Amino acid sequence: MIELEQVAYSYGEGELLSDISVSLTPGSFHFLTGPSGAGKTTFLKLCYGELVPTSGQARLFDRDVRSLTRDDIADIRRRIGVVHQDCQFLDHLPIADNIALPLTVAGKSVHSQDGNLSELMSWVGLRSRAAALPPELSGGERQRAALARAVIMSPDVILADEPTGNLDWEMSQRLLTLLVELNRMGKTVVIATHDIGLIRAAKSQVQARVLRIANRHLTVGADL
Amino acid sequence: MAKRFEISHVMDFIIGDAQAERAVPPTGFTARLTLFSAAVMAFLAVFALALSVSAGRLSERWSAELAQSATLRISAPQGQMQAQTDAAMSVLETTPGIESARVLDAAEQRKLLEPWFGPDVPLDSLPVPQLIEIVEADVGVDTEALRVRLAGEAPGAVLDDHTRWRKPLAAAASRLWFLGWLSIVLIFAVMGAMITLAANAALSANAKVISVMRLVGARDSYIVDAFVRRFTLRTLSGAAIGMVLGVVAVVMLPAARGEAGFLSDLGFAGAGWLWPLIIPALAAVVAFAATRAAARRTLKELR
Repeated sequence: MIELEQVAYSYGEGELLSDISVSLTPGSFHFLTGPSGAGKTTFLKLCYGELVPTSGQARLFDRDVRSLTRDDIADIRRRIGVVHQDCQFLDHLPIADNIALPLTVAGKSVHSQDGNLSELMSWVGLRSRAAALPPELSGGERQRAALARAVIMSPDVILADEPTGNLDWEMSQRLLTLLVELNRMGKTVVIATHDIGLIRAAKSQVQARVLRIANRHLTVGADL
Repeated sequence: MAKRFEISHVMDFIIGDAQAERAVPPTGFTARLTLFSAAVMAFLAVFALALSVSAGRLSERWSAELAQSATLRISAPQGQMQAQTDAAMSVLETTPGIESARVLDAAEQRKLLEPWFGPDVPLDSLPVPQLIEIVEADVGVDTEALRVRLAGEAPGAVLDDHTRWRKPLAAAASRLWFLGWLSIVLIFAVMGAMITLAANAALSANAKVISVMRLVGARDSYIVDAFVRRFTLRTLSGAAIGMVLGVVAVVMLPAARGEAGFLSDLGFAGAGWLWPLIIPALAAVVAFAATRAAARRTLKELR
């Protein structure tokens, strides 16, 4: 599904990631850990084609990322849901329209009263907030809205970058439960986090693999 | 392979995608700026077009009027004037290509001299040459042969076929015509530059919107169309307003009168009034191309 083979990535002259090899298979669950600035976000960006490796090979759905056109990348992003730490939204649109944005840009007509959308908003506990604008939402609500937007296209992969970074423990658990549910539905999930407590909590619910980035290298199945 | 042009594409573009439209936030300032620029440029373009069309018309008229007429000037001692005039007339009457020839009488000659000498010119006491007005037939006259014959029959006759007047007048009019069209091209170039600046400002202001749309799987064409449609329709509306105001201003120019010359003749004639309709259409094409290029350039910087 997503394969990185001897991938390196450099910003300018400094190499951030080196000799990264990993395969994210369908239905797998991964935690990506490592100190701040180790390259977790860069790793995720390599996984959804926002960055191209400076060396090595990144394959997204069996296609070399270097051979992808801009339209190919757009199409692949419809199969990969991304939850960013800063949860970027279109601030002038109600949150329901923001959640439906992946459908909109794919040319699928969406109405805010659409059954699936309402169901999804209920699932993330935001049904009563459908008409609210993003700046009116709390941190937890924004994270859940970002998750709802990431999954509305029923993607094969969900990449979440520090999704619980701004949340309290209870809200973190709620978000984790949603991600575990998605994994049980067959989605591949990668959560970048340095919240060890969250990883331990998840291990009781799901068979997760830990990927650790430190000193430019990735260790698969690392001890916590 | 180039995309096939289909009318349905144009209709889709005009109707637009309401969802895509909403995704890009309204930009009040750039919207007003684009509308205003397009209106002003279209207003100026109407005048440049009127200038060019009028100059072209004038050039044709002057050329046609002067090309079919000539003047014969007879300078001879007082005693020989009538004899040489008669001889010249008989030459003219037997020259192929001359439709008519007429000796100007004293009153007509006085009228011609009035602008320089004032009224009541004492023609009898001045050595004024006798003028003969010649109107050529469509087939034209062999002026060289006519000059040779006149030199033999009426040595004091000098034929002026208006070439030395016609050439500079026609050249001046055609230069005006060219300058008019050059102005139109420059106006549209400036319009393109202004729209590019406005589009760049809108794209920069919406960098986050574009980034979010790319993240959730929007293709470039989807994002580009949302901006291009907005700027194209704004420009079309502005240019239409400017064009109507420009045409009204041209209509309100003083009516053409013979003595008022070129300026009072500025405007369109007959079907020529349809010419200004191309201005909003051209403006829309310029806006489409300028915004599309700006949006594509901006998107290339994102992955």
